[in-house]
Amino acid sequence: MPSSSNKTFFLRGMHYLSGNDASAEGAIAAGCRFYAGYPITPSSEIMERMSTRLREVGGVFIQMEDEIASISAVIGASWAGAKAMTATSGPGFSLMQEAIGYAAFTETPCVIIDVQRAGPCTGQATRVGSGDIMQAKWGSHGDYQVIALSPWSAQDMYDLTIQAFNLSEGYRVPVMLMADEAVGHLKENVFAGAKVEVWNRKKQKGSILFGVEEGDVSPMPSFGEGQKLSITGSTHNEFGIRKTDDPEAHAKLVDRINNKVLKNRCKIIETQDYFLEDAEIAVVAYGFTSRTSLYVVKRLRKEGIKVGLVRLKTLWPFPEEAMRGLRGGVKKVIIPEMNKGQVAGEVRKYCSCDVIPISQTNGEIIRPETILEAVKRII
Amino acid sequence: MVRAMEKYLRPGIKSTPFCPGCGHGIIMNAILRAIDELKMDMNKMLFVSGIGCAAWIPSPHFNGDTLHTLHGRALAFATGAKLYNPNLCVMVVSGDGDLSSIGGNHLIHAARRDIDLKVICANNMIYGMTGGQAASTTPKGSKTSTTEEGNPYPPFDLCKLVAAAGATYVARYSVTQPVSLIRSIKKALLHMGFSFIEVLSPCPTQFGRRNRLDRPEEMIRELKRRCILEEEAEGLTEEELSEMIITGEFLS
Repeated sequence: MPSSSNKTFFLRGMHYLSGNDASAEGAIAAGCRFYAGYPITPSSEIMERMSTRLREVGGVFIQMEDEIASISAVIGASWAGAKAMTATSGPGFSLMQEAIGYAAFTETPCVIIDVQRAGPCTGQATRVGSGDIMQAKWGSHGDYQVIALSPWSAQDMYDLTIQAFNLSEGYRVPVMLMADEAVGHLKENVFAGAKVEVWNRKKQKGSILFGVEEGDVSPMPSFGEGQKLSITGSTHNEFGIRKTDDPEAHAKLVDRINNKVLKNRCKIIETQDYFLEDAEIAVVAYGFTSRTSLYVVKRLRKEGIKVGLVRLKTLWPFPEEAMRGLRGGVKKVIIPEMNKGQVAGEVRKYCSCDVIPISQTNGEIIRPETILEAVKRII
Repeated sequence: MVRAMEKYLRPGIKSTPFCPGCGHGIIMNAILRAIDELKMDMNKMLFVSGIGCAAWIPSPHFNGDTLHTLHGRALAFATGAKLYNPNLCVMVVSGDGDLSSIGGNHLIHAARRDIDLKVICANNMIYGMTGGQAASTTPKGSKTSTTEEGNPYPPFDLCKLVAAAGATYVARYSVTQPVSLIRSIKKALLHMGFSFIEVLSPCPTQFGRRNRLDRPEEMIRELKRRCILEEEAEGLTEEELSEMIITGEFLS
């Protein structure tokens, strides 16, 4: 077992960091002590920094042979007791999907950072995109839930990585930080507080491995503790014993891994409202684009235009309550995205307003003028 | 299952899940006897397996920690667990298709890193659980549900493959050589580094019935005839050698 960390190795105070480096520091602060990964642009800086930082804090770093191996090693390490993570981008994220389903089904805490680039396929490796939002939720087969967060700054890369670990340990679920190239490579001041709120894995000797109550999260033992765990990606009962042809066991397990997240959605989901009180037009945005959107909203407010912003910090479970709340004064909702309207489709499910997507997939960030003009067109 | 090994089985396990005539029960027995003879602490044993019949040898039957993973990925899961907690004795038990075809990349890389994992590869030369399709270990000419006319491609020599990749203990035995097999598993358990034992295991249900070896005892008899030691291979003609399987320790 890696030795306990020396507290002097934690980053404290104000530092000028890229989003990717900030996320590695957030992981260390959250207690991450295992990283397995494979190089891929534009996320590799996270792996590089983790290779150094984990050595300093007595953790384990390994560069695996591919992304499938990386996420698999992360899951193995998580059951061995580690707070564990990997980072990747679109092509690697695609390769990880089967194992993400495994982590969801076996209720294994782990954090996956996807620094999104312009897809599909190899696309433009060094350019920005946010085309993996639907994949984060639906990428693996079958019905399961994950938690996905969306950072808009280098500071958020630090803060939300910590939050990703906390949610992952708290709900025993894979958590994805859906960053994008712009946020990952953005350099700005990041403040690392002296005190970090860290949730640790719940432990209770002899506890039932895979909770019995609906919406319940069981404590999680580790390998080597003498509890003789049985973990399987096949359908299993609460003790982890395979139940490959029992309809009741399957229905119960699928319900439980979904309800565990959905019933706690109000505790998980975070959105931020700006200038919404009297808004007639609302911009709904996430990631780097939400930052551009806030700039635009502020500028339009100066011109007296009643426009507001809902920033989605949580993407999954989807903030449907916040979208249902967009009524009354709000007549139109604009959704700028670096994809073909992946979140716009979700907003349409829950929001009765006129939903207008601004979709841009040219490998560049959405410029303020683009959003500005879109708002002015519909006034 | 021999009663003497019952203490190593998870409480509630009543029978093996394998077909009549399958060799995997013998592998189960050999692993547990090796553990018993070395008085290994089952609280520190982690058994990792992939997908397929052989993956059910440890999971959930063995009364230690068992991790039944995804198809092909057992070694990658095992690598993560072993690196984070080196006090675990990590044994990977899986099939030939799982370890060498879909998991082939993980196999050579785990061998290259020489991480202390004990790999038992149950080789039945076919995909048993999915209905007898050709594997990367199916002998050339053998009939399978995807090679009616006979397999056109040669199989991997798994021992040569992992030895070339960097494994530091490599052996091959058949379930017809249980004493040697148990001794070999004991050596792997004590070896510090990547250990690989290929265990030939008959599959009468999927392999035998398509290849004129319908009865389990015929498959066993064939394995006994074909498995020879390296020194016995000396002096045999190439033709005689072509149907023989060399067993023994290749790296130790």
